[in-house]
Amino acid sequence: MELTGAQALIKSLEEQGTDVIFGLPGGAILPVYDPILDSSIRHILVRHEQGAGHMAEGYALATGRPGVAMVTSGPGATNIVTPLANAYMDSTPLVVISGQVSRAAIGTDAFQECDITGVTSGITKHNWLVTDANDLPRIVAEAFHVATTGRPGPVLIDVPKDVAQSMMTWNGPATAADLDLPGYRPTVGVDLEVIARAIAMILEADRPVLYVGGGVLQGNATAALRALAERLGVPVVTTLMARGAFPDTHPQHLGMPGMHGHYAAIMAIQRADLLVSLGARFDDRVTGKLDGFAPVAKIIHLDVDRAEHGKVRRPDLSIVANAGEAVPALAQAAAAAAVEPSNLDAWWDELRGYQTKHPLAYDPIDGNGLLKPQMVVETLNAMAPAGTIVASGVGQHQMWASQYWDFEEPRTWINSGGAGTMGFSIPSAIGAKVGRPDRTVWAIDGDGCFQMTAQELVTARAEGIPIKVAILNNAYLGMVRQWQEMFYEERYSEVYLSPDLPNYVQWAEAMGCVGIRVDDPADVAPAIERANSIDDRPVVIDFRTDASEKVFPMVPAGATNDEVLVHPSQRLQA
Amino acid sequence: MTPEAVDHELPTDEKRHHVLSVLVENKAGVLSRVAGLFSRRGFNIFSLAVAPTDDSHRFSRITIVVDAASAPLEQIVNQLDKLINVVSISHVNEHQVVERELLLASITVPADQMATAINLCANFDAEVVDAGAGEITVMLADHPDKINAFQELLSSYTVDQLHRTGLVALPKLITQ
Repeated sequence: MELTGAQALIKSLEEQGTDVIFGLPGGAILPVYDPILDSSIRHILVRHEQGAGHMAEGYALATGRPGVAMVTSGPGATNIVTPLANAYMDSTPLVVISGQVSRAAIGTDAFQECDITGVTSGITKHNWLVTDANDLPRIVAEAFHVATTGRPGPVLIDVPKDVAQSMMTWNGPATAADLDLPGYRPTVGVDLEVIARAIAMILEADRPVLYVGGGVLQGNATAALRALAERLGVPVVTTLMARGAFPDTHPQHLGMPGMHGHYAAIMAIQRADLLVSLGARFDDRVTGKLDGFAPVAKIIHLDVDRAEHGKVRRPDLSIVANAGEAVPALAQAAAAAAVEPSNLDAWWDELRGYQTKHPLAYDPIDGNGLLKPQMVVETLNAMAPAGTIVASGVGQHQMWASQYWDFEEPRTWINSGGAGTMGFSIPSAIGAKVGRPDRTVWAIDGDGCFQMTAQELVTARAEGIPIKVAILNNAYLGMVRQWQEMFYEERYSEVYLSPDLPNYVQWAEAMGCVGIRVDDPADVAPAIERANSIDDRPVVIDFRTDASEKVFPMVPAGATNDEVLVHPSQRLQA
Repeated sequence: MTPEAVDHELPTDEKRHHVLSVLVENKAGVLSRVAGLFSRRGFNIFSLAVAPTDDSHRFSRITIVVDAASAPLEQIVNQLDKLINVVSISHVNEHQVVERELLLASITVPADQMATAINLCANFDAEVVDAGAGEITVMLADHPDKINAFQELLSSYTVDQLHRTGLVALPKLITQ
């Protein structure tokens, strides 16, 4: 069958199970947009290509399936560079198709030309420049294979306009045998002997901790994690990327470690004699100053990426495997172990002491009557329908969302971890809602983040994607303000944004959303109730919050985790 | 003048420099991906040589001398291995390897010293590959130690241009 390259590309995407593409057309990608009209794939027309990329990420994080985005050449492609970098940092499977100028024009500084494979080679797992339309079925299959196997990640396929226009012979979809990837051997299988050694180490430990990262979610290993943790009676901490991998209400869960983690989770790691890292990568936001991180712990490191082993901290035992295979194997080995776990009562007594002494805390509403952002998150959480998905931007509101929301199941927390991309919330919430239309999706956003990507609410309204947005509006770039207050002698440099400019309610309404403003604490719950009841359009609530609130606990930059600052109200209790 | 295989030394301090022989797909942009990885991860390349293999349509071989002071060798190898176009990497053990490098140098030699210069070349098995007015271009393909020694001696003449290719290497064959 003779097809155009464009038809073959869309057909190949269909063959890979693509049900939705987030994108925006333009000159070089024009030929590919024509067959979209005849395709079963839903296309969601974004207002800015960055939105397309983050939507595809939100879709991937909520569903576990790769997100697909399509953009044109030049600025269209460079606008999606941030989402690619974000997805690379967080190992999110993403397939981005970019248009490129015709082959003969490549290298001539043609209109809307950009060497996007060159630009993105350091922030994609791999990328391809297609030079022959006959290669398209194979390259699309390779792209999905690379994006979703081993350590997942983003890939990009750059398609010159004349390749999309040229004729090719369709010989059916590419099969596994057609893939031409002689250098790609993703880790598969588990060494059961290593698993047995790991379990033996855990059983012997006096102060073990399971340090759970995003790899456990990627590997869909949360049920096995729970079985493992419960069998061993070991405390669990979940990183920012792993919130929801283990129920927050589970008695063995100490919360999140790291710079703004729960005190007990931070101290558990500092005092541990064995740290079992499951799909985590010892990120600097978790370790703090490396010299003082988990100073007495032996390390078991499970990661599918061999290069993560010893990159930051040398493990005593390496498990190079996918968490999806290795965590069930660990659970099985633990269940079958003849030896009983050591008595962890003393360890648990110590940990319960940390929890009692330094729970999460914030001041009650003071004289100014402004809302406390933490209280808003708590109320949102309390009133959320079961299974609600939360998406956040980056900053204080992200930390409060991760601290004060009870995550009970996997893939309900969508956020930008490694890259820290402001503006992630709105588009990623839209993508999550597209992937899980049955779920309520709340975007918990800051006013600074909201202003970066709010235009995608137009997309949401136009496409019938009724997300809900809670802006914690403190009129500041709040996290930067917090650092300037604490570490720059309250010299506030370029962080004030104004609570009223823009007028968020009017802006929301102009974008076809319901806009609600909340100043009074008594109006918080009614506004949330109203938002939860609206399902035919997006809702934006402008919560006016107290700018003086800071995120605690906090491990200052460059300090060890032992130097964590707890909430001021708890500091005199020593 | 076959160099003694057993005491091959790496170009400089042997603790710091390691030779990686990297088989890559012969595709556009592969060298850029390898170079980009080294620069963005802060790994240092001491020298690099690249050319197609016998299966030149599919594969090329890059011989990289890396500076393991910039990062642990294991980290360099593991990150390199993640590049999709990198097919295989062997860390070349300095005692089990045949290493060669090529040097080309144009030197100005006064007429009364020409015979000594040509004699020096003969002692090293270097060839005079070009000659001009009072000037010769010499070529030596040998172990880097020999190249270093030869280069040192050449410096007693006026060296107009000098170019070294960087190291290439293959594992030593098993003799029994």
